[in-house]
Amino acid sequence: MFDLRRFTGREMRIGDKLFEFNWGFLLLLTVISCMGFAMLYSVADGNFSPWAWKQMVRFVLGAGIMVVVALIDLRLWMRVAYPMYAVALVLVAAVDVVGFKGMGAQRWLNLGIIQIQPSEIMKVAILLALSRYFHGLTLDEVSRVKNLIVPLLLIFVPVGLVVKQPDLGTAILLTVSGVVLFFAAGLAWRYFILGGVAVLAAIPVIWGRLHDYQRNRVFTFLDPERDPLGAGYHILQSKIALGSGGVFGKGFMAGTQAHLNFLPEKQTDFIFTMLGEELGFVGGLTLLAFYSVVLIFSFSVAMQCRNQFGRLLALGVSITFFFYVFINTAMVMGLLPVVGVPLPLVSYGGTAMLSLMFAFGLLMSVYIHRNLEIARSPSAFW
Amino acid sequence: MQVDGRDNSRYKTFTRRMMVLGGGQAVAFVVLAGRMYYLQILKTDEYQMLAEENRINVRLLAPLRGRIVDRYGTVLASNRQNYRAVLVAEQTPDIADTLGKLSRIVPITPFDRKKIMRDLARSPRFMPVTVAEDLTWDQFAQLNINEPDLAGVQPDVGETRQYPYAMELAHVVGYVGPVADKEMDAADDEQPLLKLPGFRIGKSGIEKTYDMQLRGTAGASHVEVNAYGRVIRELSKDPGKPGDEVVLTLDMGIQQFACDRLKEESASAVVMDIHSGEVLSFVSTPAFDPNEFNMGLSQDQWNMLVQNPYKPLTNKALAGLYPPGSTFKTMTAIAALESGVDPSHTVHCNGKYALGNHLFHCWRKEGHGSMDMHNGLKNSCDVYFYDVAKRIGIDAIEKVAKRFGLGETYNLEIPGEKAGIVPSREWKRAVTGIGWQQGETLITGIGQGFLLTTPLQLAVMASRLANGGYAVKPRLTRAVGGELLPVPQAPKMDVDPEHLKIVQGGMNGVSNEPGGTAYKSRITEVGMELAGKTGSAQVRRISMAERDSGVRKNDTLEWRLRDHALFICFAPVAEPRFAMSLVIEHGGSGAGAAAPAARDIMLEVEKRSLARPQAYMPRHDVEEG
Repeated sequence: MFDLRRFTGREMRIGDKLFEFNWGFLLLLTVISCMGFAMLYSVADGNFSPWAWKQMVRFVLGAGIMVVVALIDLRLWMRVAYPMYAVALVLVAAVDVVGFKGMGAQRWLNLGIIQIQPSEIMKVAILLALSRYFHGLTLDEVSRVKNLIVPLLLIFVPVGLVVKQPDLGTAILLTVSGVVLFFAAGLAWRYFILGGVAVLAAIPVIWGRLHDYQRNRVFTFLDPERDPLGAGYHILQSKIALGSGGVFGKGFMAGTQAHLNFLPEKQTDFIFTMLGEELGFVGGLTLLAFYSVVLIFSFSVAMQCRNQFGRLLALGVSITFFFYVFINTAMVMGLLPVVGVPLPLVSYGGTAMLSLMFAFGLLMSVYIHRNLEIARSPSAFW
Repeated sequence: MQVDGRDNSRYKTFTRRMMVLGGGQAVAFVVLAGRMYYLQILKTDEYQMLAEENRINVRLLAPLRGRIVDRYGTVLASNRQNYRAVLVAEQTPDIADTLGKLSRIVPITPFDRKKIMRDLARSPRFMPVTVAEDLTWDQFAQLNINEPDLAGVQPDVGETRQYPYAMELAHVVGYVGPVADKEMDAADDEQPLLKLPGFRIGKSGIEKTYDMQLRGTAGASHVEVNAYGRVIRELSKDPGKPGDEVVLTLDMGIQQFACDRLKEESASAVVMDIHSGEVLSFVSTPAFDPNEFNMGLSQDQWNMLVQNPYKPLTNKALAGLYPPGSTFKTMTAIAALESGVDPSHTVHCNGKYALGNHLFHCWRKEGHGSMDMHNGLKNSCDVYFYDVAKRIGIDAIEKVAKRFGLGETYNLEIPGEKAGIVPSREWKRAVTGIGWQQGETLITGIGQGFLLTTPLQLAVMASRLANGGYAVKPRLTRAVGGELLPVPQAPKMDVDPEHLKIVQGGMNGVSNEPGGTAYKSRITEVGMELAGKTGSAQVRRISMAERDSGVRKNDTLEWRLRDHALFICFAPVAEPRFAMSLVIEHGGSGAGAAAPAARDIMLEVEKRSLARPQAYMPRHDVEEG
C-alpha cells in the first residue's frame, strides 16, 4: 500500500474520522427514508411486504456502505477514479450485449446472485472521473479546447450507450451533472453559450431518433388531456391524486387514487404523488424541506473543502441528487414529461438506493477530509 | 503546505459559480412549491371532484314494473322471478369458449349468440349482460354448481313480466319487449334505464300507453370501483320506486267468460257501463300469448301469427271495420223520428222495393207485410227502412249516426282505434268525385254501403241509445298510481227521450216479443231481460241470377264470403245499465251466431254485477306477491 503521510504530514486516525462524520446528516437521510417506508407500507395496504421491509434492509445496507465509503481516504478515491470509470463503462457496454429487459428498456445486468443497473454505477463513476480530471487543471487550462476533449468523451461515451438502452432519464442526468461540473470547474461562459446553441440546433435531429413512446411522453406532457385513457393517463391521474390531497391530505393509507390503482407506478416513480395525496400539501412540502437541507449541507461541504477534487465531487453528488428530486417531482406535478427517474431515498428500488448511499458516502468522505490539501499536479500524487 | 498559486482563483470561480447553481436550485424549489400550492390548494376542489368521479360509479337498478289489475283487483300483469345467467366480459378470458361450455347446461341458439355478442359490444366490459333467461330450477342449480368452470358467468335472479291471463288480454294489456335500437337512439339522458341490458318497455296496449307510469323510478347503487372498474364496495343504495299500479275498468270474470264463449271464432265484443263509459270487457279473438312476445318470438311463431286468416294480431274490437248492417236501423229510426216520420207510419213490404228501375230487396224474400217503426225494427224489415231513408235523405241519417258516436275515435287508452266511415254527400264527392245517389241513401239506411264501424263504436252507439241520450265515451282505466281517474260527465245529447223510448221499444221487441229476430236468444230471467238489435252484414255482392235461383245460405259458402254476424244490446230492459256490441266475422247471421253469444255474455255481466258489491280500491304502495 502507499503511505498517506507522504502528502499531508498529519494523518487522521479512524477514531478522528468517526468523530468528524456528520451523524446528523445520516439521521436526516434516515428521516427522509422513513417517509418512503411509510409510503411503501401504505401502498401494500398496511403491509411491510413486499416493499417496505426490503427497502429498509437496503437502507441499512446503504448506510453501512456510506460509512465505509466516507471513512476511506479521499486521495484513495481520487486514485481509483479512472479505474472505476473504466469498469463502469465496461458494464454499461455489457448491458447492450448481454443485459436483459425490464419495463420495456434494456437496463439490467445479471451477475448471478444479483441484478444490477450499470448506469447507476456510471452516475457515481462519472462524477469521480470528471472531478479527478478537473482537479489537475488550472483555471486557464480548463478553457483550452484541447483539454475539453477528454472530459467530453468521459461524458458522451456512456451517455451514448445509455441512450441506446434506451434510458433517456439516465442519459439526461449524466449529461447535466457532467455539464454542471464543467461549469463549476470554471469553463469559460462562451462554451456554454456555444453549447446551448448547438443543443438547440440538434433538437430536430434528436427528435428524429427518439422512440415512439418517448415522443408520446413529450406530446402528452404538452397536452395531457389529449388522450386521457392512453398516454396522458399517468400525468392526469397523478395531478388528480395530488390535487385531491388538498392541504392535509386524505390521511395515511386513505388515498383513493393510489389504493384503487388509478395511480400508476406508485411505489416507484409516482411515490411523491401518493405522498401528496395521503399527506397533502403539508406532507409534500415537508419532504421538499428535508431535501433542501440535504442540498444545503452538501453545498456547504463543497464550499468548505480545501481541495478541488473534493469540491467538485461534493458538488457533483449534490447536483445529481438535486436533479433526481427536481425531475421526479416536476414530472409527477405535470411540469416535465414523464421520464423514469426515481425519487431519491423514497422510491422503491435497490440499485438506486445503494448507489445513492455510495454517493453520500463520497460526500461524507469529502466532508471528513475537507481540510486535506491535494497537489494539483498528477505527478506529485501519482 | 503545497499551495498552488492558481488554486485561489480556481476557488473563487468555483464559489461564484456555486452561488449561481444554488440560486438556480432555490428557484427550482420555489417553482415546485408553487406548483404544489396551485394543485393542492387553489385547484383542490376540482381535483377532488375528479378523484370522486374516478372512484365512484353509479349503477342503475331497474325498478319493479307496476302491476296491472282489473276493477276488482285481479292481477292481469305482474312480475315473476326469472332465473338467468349473466356474463361479465372482463372476467371471461374467452367469451366464445365460455358460451360453448354454458350451452351444455342451457341451450344457446346461434340467434341468441348473435344477440349476446351485440349486447356485449354495447356495454362496458364490467357490466353484466344477460346470456340466458328463464332457466328451470334444474338448469339454475347446475349453473351454480358449475360456476367455477364458467369464468365470468354468474347466476342471477331478475324480474320478468308475467301475464296470467295471456290470451284473454293480449289486445288490452299488451306486452313488453326489449328496447329496439331506434328507441335506444331516441332515448335521451333522462332515460338511462333504457340502456340497462335486459330492460323491457311497453310495446302495445296498456303497457305501451302507461309505459312511463308503469316503469317507475330507477334506483341507483353508488359503488366504489378501482381503476379497472371492479367494484370494491357499495357506498350507498337507492332502491328506486316501483312503477305505478294501473287499475283497469275491466272485469276479468266477464272478460274470461266472453273469451271462452268466442274463442272458436274470429270475433270481438265490447261490454260497457252505459253511464260511466267504463269498459267491462274488451274481447278480440283469437289472440296471441304476450308472454312469448316478452321473451322474444321465433320466426316460425311470428309467421304463424301473421298468416293466420283469423288475424290474431289485430285488435278487432277497435281496429276491425265492419258494415253495421241492421244494427244501424236504430240510427235510421232516430233520424226518421227527428225528421217528422210518425212511428205509426206504415210501409207495405212485399220483399222488394223499387227505386227508378232498380230493385232493392228485403232479406225476407216473401216480404213482411205491413210494417210500422216498431215492427220494422223488431223484424228488421229492410223495405221499411228503404222507405223512410228515402223520405228523410242521407243528411239526416249522417247527422244522427255521428251524434251517436260513429265515424270518430274516442282516445281510448290503448292505441289503434279506427274511425270508420259515416258517408255523406261531401265525403263521397271528396273520395270518389261522384255525386251522391239516392240508392246509396237506401242501402245506408239498412247499414250497408259505405258505412264502416268498429265494434267499439257500436257499443258506444248502444250505450247512448240506452242511457237516455248522454254522449258517453269508453274508458279502460279506473286508476293510475293509486289515484282514481276523474269520471268525465257525459254531455247531454241533442236527442228527444221520447224518440229513444220508441227505438228502445223496438229493440225490446227484437228480443222479447215472439217473432222478434232475436227472440230465441232472449234472457228469460225476470228483471234481467236484454233489448237488442241483430245485424248481418253482407260482404259479397248477390247477383240477379242468384236471387232468381234463391240466395245461397251462409253455411254453404266458404268462410270468407259469409255474412258478418252482429248484435248490439243493452240490459236490463227496465233500467238499463250495460250495453254490448258483438261481431263474429263471417259468422253467418246476427240472429243465429251473434245474438246467442251476446245473450250468454250479457247474462253473465248482470249476474256478476249483482254478486260483486265492492270494487277494488287502488293502492299507492304495491309490493309484489
